[in-house]
Amino acid sequence: MTALGWLAIGVVGVAFPRRFTLISRVLFPLGAAFGLVLALLALNAIGSDAQVRILALGLPDLPFHLRLDALSAFFLFLLGVTGAGISIYAAGYLRKGEGTAPGLHCLLYHLFLFSMAFVMLADDGYAFMVAWETMALSSFFLVTSEHRHAEIRRAGYLYLLIAHIGAVGILLSFGVMAGSAGDYTFDAMRDFSTLGIWPTIAFLLALFGFGAKAGLLPLHVWLPEAHPAAPSPVSAMMSGVMLKTAIYGLLRVAFDLLHAQLWWWGVLLLVIGLGSALFGVIFAAVQTDMKRLLAYSSIENIGLIAVGCGLALVFKSFLLPNLAALALTATLYHCLNHAFFKSLLFLCTGSVLHATGERNLGKLGGLIHRMPWVAWLALVGVLASAGLPPLNGFVSEWLLLQSFLFTSGLPHGYLNMLLPVVAGAIALIAALAGFAMVKFFGIVFLGQPREEKLSAAHDAGRLERIGLLWLAAGCVLLGILPNLVITLLDPVTRQLVGGGLAATAASHGWWLLAPISEDRASYSPAIFLGSIAVFMPLVFWLVRRRFHGRLTRVAPWDCGFPLQTSRMQDTAEGFGQPIRRIFSPFLRRSGEHPSPFDVTPRYSSRVEDPFWYWLYLPIARLVAYGTRLIAFLQQVRIAIYLLYSFITLLVLLVVPRG
Amino acid sequence: MNVYALFAQLLELVIALLLAPLLTGWVNQCRAWLQNRSAPPLLQTYYTLSKLFHKDVLIAHNASSLFRAAPYIIFACMALASAIVPTLSTELIFAPAADAIALVGLFALARVFIALAGMDVGTSFGSMGSRREMLVGFLAEPALLMVFFTASLISQSTSLSTIVDTLAHSEFAIYPSLAFAGVAFTMVSLAENARVPIDNPTTHLELTMIHEAMILEYSGRHLALIEWASSLKLFAYSCLGLALFFPFGIPATAEPAALSFALAILVVKLAMGGAALALIETLNAKLRIFRAPEFLGTAFLLAVLAMLVHLLLEAGP
Repeated sequence: MTALGWLAIGVVGVAFPRRFTLISRVLFPLGAAFGLVLALLALNAIGSDAQVRILALGLPDLPFHLRLDALSAFFLFLLGVTGAGISIYAAGYLRKGEGTAPGLHCLLYHLFLFSMAFVMLADDGYAFMVAWETMALSSFFLVTSEHRHAEIRRAGYLYLLIAHIGAVGILLSFGVMAGSAGDYTFDAMRDFSTLGIWPTIAFLLALFGFGAKAGLLPLHVWLPEAHPAAPSPVSAMMSGVMLKTAIYGLLRVAFDLLHAQLWWWGVLLLVIGLGSALFGVIFAAVQTDMKRLLAYSSIENIGLIAVGCGLALVFKSFLLPNLAALALTATLYHCLNHAFFKSLLFLCTGSVLHATGERNLGKLGGLIHRMPWVAWLALVGVLASAGLPPLNGFVSEWLLLQSFLFTSGLPHGYLNMLLPVVAGAIALIAALAGFAMVKFFGIVFLGQPREEKLSAAHDAGRLERIGLLWLAAGCVLLGILPNLVITLLDPVTRQLVGGGLAATAASHGWWLLAPISEDRASYSPAIFLGSIAVFMPLVFWLVRRRFHGRLTRVAPWDCGFPLQTSRMQDTAEGFGQPIRRIFSPFLRRSGEHPSPFDVTPRYSSRVEDPFWYWLYLPIARLVAYGTRLIAFLQQVRIAIYLLYSFITLLVLLVVPRG
Repeated sequence: MNVYALFAQLLELVIALLLAPLLTGWVNQCRAWLQNRSAPPLLQTYYTLSKLFHKDVLIAHNASSLFRAAPYIIFACMALASAIVPTLSTELIFAPAADAIALVGLFALARVFIALAGMDVGTSFGSMGSRREMLVGFLAEPALLMVFFTASLISQSTSLSTIVDTLAHSEFAIYPSLAFAGVAFTMVSLAENARVPIDNPTTHLELTMIHEAMILEYSGRHLALIEWASSLKLFAYSCLGLALFFPFGIPATAEPAALSFALAILVVKLAMGGAALALIETLNAKLRIFRAPEFLGTAFLLAVLAMLVHLLLEAGP
């Protein structure tokens, strides 16, 4: 098993904690190779029957059950293929004397990969929780690898806290599904048909638990803190892959372990997802830190994925397997796409961070001249993330919008009116994502350098480039070859909702995507890319031939005001101003605006997450109040504590008797 | 796929490329008449393009290769867009390549590139224009998609050819929803094509510009391509509006006789549409930029209303 290979790499890494060259030049590329092998194995396993294995580890009466079916194989494929790119990048990214010792970092990183693979393979509640907690802990230590900064420790603590609150939800959900029989294997949960309100409780607990990991509203607050704190390959891994383990868990519980889906589960998930997506994208557009911007953009994408899951649940509850398959295909496709483009963008920010030491958008600019590789590859990620054809982000959004167009046929009085309108909100989210991404790319890579030191920036190294190229190529290929991906997803949708799109997709050739029928809707990214790629050089050649190619470099137009410096360019705050103004009811803004008579004018503008003030701080105050109330127990006399122990003992002796 | 479809496709592309500047010139001429000015010649746009193509290109010292590639990308996007819209026939080779949603995506792609090019040199006006363009873009795009969705729900398809076929050639039916959608589409087209009341194509006052601010640094052949692409965009949007709301006369075949008839009808319809655009521009004043959300929000609500009207009144049990 390849996953064990990662564990072995980690152990080797920790065995030679000071051999930097060994770790960065051998072990991390080896990890990337293992990722590729894992992806190939998973690709092979998607189409074949489920394999079950029982390990001789674990509890005495509950050994670890492993199971490799289409759903886990798809997510393992995602892990392997994205992980390969991130690992090879990490090999070039690792620097001496930065953060944790390289050996320890290597162990934690590979333990993280291993635990994610194990989460997807686990087939009983116990193994799942062990893997889930290993994943949370290893990623916590990776996030806090720069633990000497107080803000990073704080971010790590927040992450750990929310991860564990979520884990409690998942644990309780497994408990409900195992029922009174107490058999925690997933097989037993599948067979055990609970009645009444219990499936709903299990679903809600799972939604809470996995939602905390995925970053759904209102448990999203750790994302914009933890992602900037972590080293960039770790951010990429967390955002690109770890969030998907939560989606995997949600799909596993909602579609596989529970049977009788109720339509309002889907609607609930859809509403939460829609809220997260809208919230995420608005906040992404007003951020001034590039990694926070990407973190909010992750919340948006996870929201879209949740919308797709919710829609699939709605369709499944009305027994429309083919439409459910369409929505689920869009969802899983978007998982894969997001893994590629968001990892790519996070890795690009890593290169920018190493080259300039800046995360603040207001101090970057003009890097396309100094870092052409990173800039052009980031452009691919930006276009994919903005959902533009012919790249991959567009295909999944297209599929999602198509599935919304079918909701007018739902046999339910209100849903068939309201759900089609949601498509308009999806379009708004996609368009706002374009705004946020133009801001990200334009401020970081275009314009003039806003600081002196930026002129010393250097491009990414060779290994880093390979990693970025791998992910960018994935973005393009996933965009050009949608039918291949749909064929790949067919066994997964058949397993979960009992319908698939491969039959119709295959009948139109590789170049034309027509998931339902050609009359109904079709899209051909290959023709898009092909005609733009033919048309551009043709026009270029014609213009050069017919006219001329003369070009002179001059100073830009300064409107008759020659005293401009590069600091007078538009800033990230300035670019986000329309969003701040239009969506001001949703934002919590503060800032100082100087009057014309100020001697020392200062301008500042801050946008804060309102959920802190609406939800988290009241809860924190409540907890603090509660702890003060019970603090009277804490008398500083040993006799009192002995009395407590005695009373506890008495209670424990009496209660089981009774 | 047959020879006629190929011929129709090529003809449509060539017609779009050649006629688009004429439409811009016609709108300018009508507007001048309405505003009591002496009108520029009908072919003025062609003269301007030719002059720009002959001029040298001046670009800023720190302009990157993205700045130089953007005009070609935008031009290619707009040419592809005008090839996709069914103007002369619904039997086109490119018709299956893109449906209404993909067309919106194509416009968005061009918009993102022009906005990035505006930010490339790093002047304040370029970046300001870019953010305003993206603002108008994200407000207009949902409304445009809702208009398309209404039409898609009527024809059970998002393919533009099928939509036009359904609306033009099925049994005659009146769709009240399309009236709302038509108003919404008109508002969106005004915004997307940088027309009054959102933007003024003739302005050179820097603080009020949107589109012009972004392309302030362009000159020579680059500017010519961008201007031509803007004309193509106006042409594509006009044809789209005509195809969705006045689809009469667009044949379902690609026979030469049908094509020439369709071309004649198209020219008449475009002339009337252009005159209507000039009238709208003359009767309205430009809005402040932060009134744009209200304008486009109204368009979005009208489009949503159109969809609800369709779902409530027209969708039979």
